[in-house]
Amino acid sequence: MYSEKVMDHFTNPRNVGEIENADGVGQVGNPKCGDIMKMYLKIDNDMITDVKFKTFGCGSAIATSSMATEMIQGKTVKEVLQLTNKAVAEALDGLPPVKMHCSVLAEQAVKAAIYDYAQKNNLHYEDLDDFNPNDDHDHHDDIEEE
Amino acid sequence: MKENVYLDYSGTSPMKKEILDEMLPYFTLDYGNPSSIHAFGRTSKKAVDTARDRLAKTLNAGANEIFFTGGGTEADNWAIKGVAYALQNKGKHIITSKIEHHAVLHACEYLEKQGFQVTYLDVDQYGLINLEQLKQSITSDTILITIMYANNEIGTVQSIKEIGQIAKERGVLFHTDGVQAYGNIPIDVQDLGIDLMSISAHKLYGPKGVGALYIRKGTKIDPLIHGGAQEKKRRAGTENVPGIVGFGKAALLAYEGLEEHQLTMIRLRDKMINGIMETIPYVRLNGHPSQRLPGNVNVSIEFIEGESLLLSLDLVGIAASSGSACTSGSLDPSHVLMNIGLTHELAHGSLRLSLGDFNTEEEIDYVLEKLPPIVTRLRAMSPLYEKIKGGIENV
Repeated sequence: MYSEKVMDHFTNPRNVGEIENADGVGQVGNPKCGDIMKMYLKIDNDMITDVKFKTFGCGSAIATSSMATEMIQGKTVKEVLQLTNKAVAEALDGLPPVKMHCSVLAEQAVKAAIYDYAQKNNLHYEDLDDFNPNDDHDHHDDIEEE
Repeated sequence: MKENVYLDYSGTSPMKKEILDEMLPYFTLDYGNPSSIHAFGRTSKKAVDTARDRLAKTLNAGANEIFFTGGGTEADNWAIKGVAYALQNKGKHIITSKIEHHAVLHACEYLEKQGFQVTYLDVDQYGLINLEQLKQSITSDTILITIMYANNEIGTVQSIKEIGQIAKERGVLFHTDGVQAYGNIPIDVQDLGIDLMSISAHKLYGPKGVGALYIRKGTKIDPLIHGGAQEKKRRAGTENVPGIVGFGKAALLAYEGLEEHQLTMIRLRDKMINGIMETIPYVRLNGHPSQRLPGNVNVSIEFIEGESLLLSLDLVGIAASSGSACTSGSLDPSHVLMNIGLTHELAHGSLRLSLGDFNTEEEIDYVLEKLPPIVTRLRAMSPLYEKIKGGIENV
């Protein structure tokens, strides 16, 4: 059901944990749908210098969180805002269709953390104009097919 | 070293060698159609009748009250739809519970679309229906009560005798989905007042795709499968002779060794439950503490999600099950767990360990060794856990 990469990231998730005094923290999902992702970002000079995550969710939720942290490390905020759920899923050699919502959640968690950073620092990113971190993050129906 | 511990007997069970041995000739040597009049056919018919006798004896039923089907789901569908259509002139009301197997719930929902009315009884925190609510739900239009014998997820065994009495007093037929109970506890359909009962072979070490419906003599029921005159014109289709032979042998073995099986299962089950409760904080036992199947363990482990737990257990060679939505492909976690009052978080974190004859004490020890560190690892990743982490560390 899962690719070797998904299982690798599930078994050995990268960047698990919290960052004290993080520059941006975002949490999406809800326990009702069984997935919650929380991202912590350290941002220096518009660059992601450190990232950690915590996830309550299935194997795919853990793997997509882990992969997303690897993909944004060392990138600029603007580059990170281009991250799509599809790219996260592709980097994991694909996800079962029913699990694509996990990759959506990973993308949204990253955006929520940057949104928090922008709010705290009075910054504006066009890519976040339509983003509302308080949306009900139940992304089961918001699936971009592979 | 990766172990190979199978703890999903409620899902299905491995076939025992002596059962397979008894089936094998009916694939290659004694392959006659039981409906044929020649010697090949007569041999097969005799084998089917022997299996029917064996099943009947285990239930204190007559052989002419056992009808073979293609599994438990077909038996459930037949019982419910068959009675509904046969008695629709008498009434169109059916009573069931909210924690039935989907074979029952979906059959009832189908009948609702055909103009029948269905009452879905609540269950309490242990999964038991309220007998007073059952009595009050019966109307002059009620034709069938269908309440499962034992729940497939949480193992709760209903008060079947009392339900049978209520049904009899009110002149309503009583069907029970006995798939999980059959082979695990003694069942006497006469004593319990059961009119129809669904059972399945692969839950008691027999083959998959074979089931049976006990139908009390004189019960009005329409066929579900139309065609030939097999099974006394009630269930058409050439009999699955090897499967039926296997079912008969499985039933014989299950009930010959029932007492020992029960004692062993209860000992292992309680060791597992106590071990989990003692070593892992924030765990809830689901199902009735005593009125439960001998081999059923169902717990909710707070702050983690079931599929992650199953994958982690699988990586160390332990096969288990969960009522988590993420394992079912649906949005919602198990309807059973939600109906016994669990929160979504608890329902998502459920773990079912169902035991069987091939499990050993060493395997239980192995699970109790491997499970706590897996829970610790997943909890360390969980944003739900961090909120009460201080509290847990002080436990």
